[in-house]
Amino acid sequence: MSELVLSIRDLRVTFDTPLGPLEAVRGVDIDVHAGEMMGVVGESGSGKSVTFLAAMGLLPHRAKITGSVMLNGQEMIGAPNKVLRNMRGGLMSMIFQDPLSALNPVHRVGDQIVEMLQAHQSQLSDKDAAKRAVELLDIVGIPQAAERAHQYPHEFSGGMRQRVVIAIAIANNPKVLIADEPTTALDVTVQAQILEVIERVQKTFGTAVVLITHDLGVIARVADRVNVMYAGRNVEKGGVDSLFDHPSHPYTRGLLASLPHEGAERLTPITGFPPNMLMPPPGCGFAPRCSFANDGCLTSLPALRSFGDLETACLRAEQIVIDGARP
Amino acid sequence: MNQPILKVENLVKNFELRANSGIRKTKRIVQAVSDVSFSVDRGQTLGIVGESGSGKTTVGRCVLQLLDITSGTISFEGKNLAGLSFEEMRQIRRKMQIVFQDPFASLDPKMTVGSSIAEPLVVQGVDGDHNEKVAHLLELVGLAADHAKRFPHEFSGGQRQRVGIARALALDPALIVLDEPVSALDVSIQAGVVNLFGDLQERLGMSYVFIAHDLSVVRHIADRVAVMYLGKIVEIGDKKSIYDHPTHPYTKALLSAVPVPNPTTERSRSRIMLQGDVPSPVNPPTGCRFRTRCWKATELCASTEPQLVVRPTGQLSACHFPE
Amino acid sequence: MALRRFLSHKAAVGSCVLLAIMVLAVILSPFTARYGVNQSVRKPPNTFLPPQKLAWFGTDDIGRDLYSRLIYGIRVSLIIGLFSALISTIVGCVIGAVAGFRGGRFDDVVMRVTDLFLAFPFLVALLVIRNTIGGIGWLTAIIGDKSSVRFIVFLLSFFGWMGVARIVRGQVLALKEREFIEAARAVGATRRYIVRRHLLPNSIGPIMVALSFAVVGAITAESTLAFFGYGPQAGDGATSLGILVGAAKGAVQTGYWWIAVFPCFALVLISLAINFIGDALRDATDPRLDRGE
Repeated sequence: MSELVLSIRDLRVTFDTPLGPLEAVRGVDIDVHAGEMMGVVGESGSGKSVTFLAAMGLLPHRAKITGSVMLNGQEMIGAPNKVLRNMRGGLMSMIFQDPLSALNPVHRVGDQIVEMLQAHQSQLSDKDAAKRAVELLDIVGIPQAAERAHQYPHEFSGGMRQRVVIAIAIANNPKVLIADEPTTALDVTVQAQILEVIERVQKTFGTAVVLITHDLGVIARVADRVNVMYAGRNVEKGGVDSLFDHPSHPYTRGLLASLPHEGAERLTPITGFPPNMLMPPPGCGFAPRCSFANDGCLTSLPALRSFGDLETACLRAEQIVIDGARP
Repeated sequence: MNQPILKVENLVKNFELRANSGIRKTKRIVQAVSDVSFSVDRGQTLGIVGESGSGKTTVGRCVLQLLDITSGTISFEGKNLAGLSFEEMRQIRRKMQIVFQDPFASLDPKMTVGSSIAEPLVVQGVDGDHNEKVAHLLELVGLAADHAKRFPHEFSGGQRQRVGIARALALDPALIVLDEPVSALDVSIQAGVVNLFGDLQERLGMSYVFIAHDLSVVRHIADRVAVMYLGKIVEIGDKKSIYDHPTHPYTKALLSAVPVPNPTTERSRSRIMLQGDVPSPVNPPTGCRFRTRCWKATELCASTEPQLVVRPTGQLSACHFPE
Repeated sequence: MALRRFLSHKAAVGSCVLLAIMVLAVILSPFTARYGVNQSVRKPPNTFLPPQKLAWFGTDDIGRDLYSRLIYGIRVSLIIGLFSALISTIVGCVIGAVAGFRGGRFDDVVMRVTDLFLAFPFLVALLVIRNTIGGIGWLTAIIGDKSSVRFIVFLLSFFGWMGVARIVRGQVLALKEREFIEAARAVGATRRYIVRRHLLPNSIGPIMVALSFAVVGAITAESTLAFFGYGPQAGDGATSLGILVGAAKGAVQTGYWWIAVFPCFALVLISLAINFIGDALRDATDPRLDRGE
């Protein structure tokens, strides 16, 4: 295994809301190695976005964050603002779902890349920075990069804008790129293009990518390793092939089973609803919806443990495998 | 009667973009739907797939007469919907309904869920006990009868969508246009709602026009599929032909682009990558509208627009060089 | 839910209490006032007495109890404020909703008319109206003589609906495209039904705020008008908050501070109270807070 670039340990994030404390993240561990594509899968309330917003230090001050986030050996939680600013855009970047709101509409696209470059490489002259900006636009696949660098965001289509956002994010060759649902708002043919850009960037620069999504197809296509989250915790981790082939956690199994597939007469949904994080279940977060749950599951919060070539947070993983499809 | 429940012929819908209200003369025309024809048989589901700019949502709105069409004919149960009075159309509206994509925006936040479901009954002046009907509908879609007194914000997205479905069912329609009904829902919730559609169709003999961009869901629920690109139908036929033997390059590219949740298959598939983005519907390309992104495009494609032609595998597609 | 949010605004709740007390005092005026509107406190010397047991807020230039006059004056002003605000809000709602919903040419025309009303100088209009209406007998019978309360209410309503119309139109334009409106159209609802059942209830928030500001605006406008000879005139023996505040002008130099302080303080209190309530109402009815997910 190559070196660890990002290490999240026992991360907990709680928000104070008018309706009480909301525990969005309840003890998450994630390891990201250099150059790998890590997929983080979850639905509403899983805490997948909040985890990485916390790691980037992008949550409002009111959020209570405990735990550890080590980026390249440097602790991020509680680090002074100067360190965080250096890290953001330098060592670790984040891109989001909506490229339009990520770009400043009144600045030219090239200038926005230059701004990012000079923020972290202050020794770069304006001329060199501009040159590098055009190179970056080229790398992300924007045709006629030199001319288009002078255009404004609204002159680009959705897919092109997301490429620009990626160019800005990789401008300083970060070790980790966090992509939060980068293709959810895009058409499926454009999604394919953007995923290809992200993969290319990963291979060319050796950047580790954390791809946060709810789309299992996207995970299957590009991820090396997968982290499944539910109700603010990890429920399963492993290599992408193993996870899809023999998922051990009932949530992962349920998720895969609920997708439309050939020959299915009826789909198999996961019964029940995602949990209310204002009042999370006392035991396993998934237990209320789980057909395998017993009393132990409802009362004790399971930790991640090794299970074959995966890691699972299910107390009954062995029984599930033995029983097969029968709940 | 073996006639289709819905027949759309040569539908055209253009939107005018006014630069600013008032005196400006600059008018740009968005050709949202350009000469689209299809039919839906009773008890069947027609899936309409396409990406942004395809016009599929506009088609749905036109069918329900929520938009005035520019030209073409829409016939429901054999009756031409053009030129009908408000009252005549109101009668027809009892039999065709719509479910929207956004479970948050499709319910009036100030009305209880029960009132929203009962609204069709109120507007149409249906006699009888509305409360009973509302309770029955709630249970039909998998919610509890006493949920009627609650407000939309007290429900999750999936539940709200079910309320929207209950509302669409209130008048016992024969046809429902489903406009991206599951796109905004969590994946694990989608399955339940899709099952519900299937069950309702089986029990009540409903016909659906299922508009979506998610090809895998459409594959599951549709009988026939129409693929739209930039306001035109590029391929239409029964599900099996389209998914197993696509003949139009765009259909092929679309199918190729959809990620399959199976790493081995996914990584071994050869992928067709389309270049560029969807052109603007204000100025669509001449000839075949797909030619700017098509790897087979020739001069013929630029000069002559291909017509829908029957292929050996049974479907129709509009291409000079079909696969 | 909205009520709970309203009640959490302490300033607004306090304002409600204050206004309730005021309204009660004003309604029960024959009992709460100590003297008549034009009644002298006692035989002379009775002018410009400072606050004391005989006259809690002191007396004015002819020896009348300021406290009692304040009560009667607030009554008149509240009536003017409430009625004109209500009428102009209703008129504005209807105009704004219809214009916004119908859109197109109709909307353009209505908006230009609104702009016309907004652009027209208020005071010039007053003069024009004063001179023309005075001559038309039957009009005076309906609208009232220019020194009557009825006339003021008419005037303020006539020139006060534009703000509300714009606000409501804006709301309607925003709501018009929402899917629950389309759903209503899909079942065959008439335009009128949609405006009544969906658009107006969902615009309550901004309408409430506009209403509250209209009340304050009306009350302050009334004092300007009093200066020009409209509405209750001091010479006729009538009184209003506007007249009393107007009298404060002369009192500042003379040192009879109570003539200025009490009426102005009352005006400030009323304005503040209504403002707080308006703010709280807007927050309470904010649909975004209804998401509650």
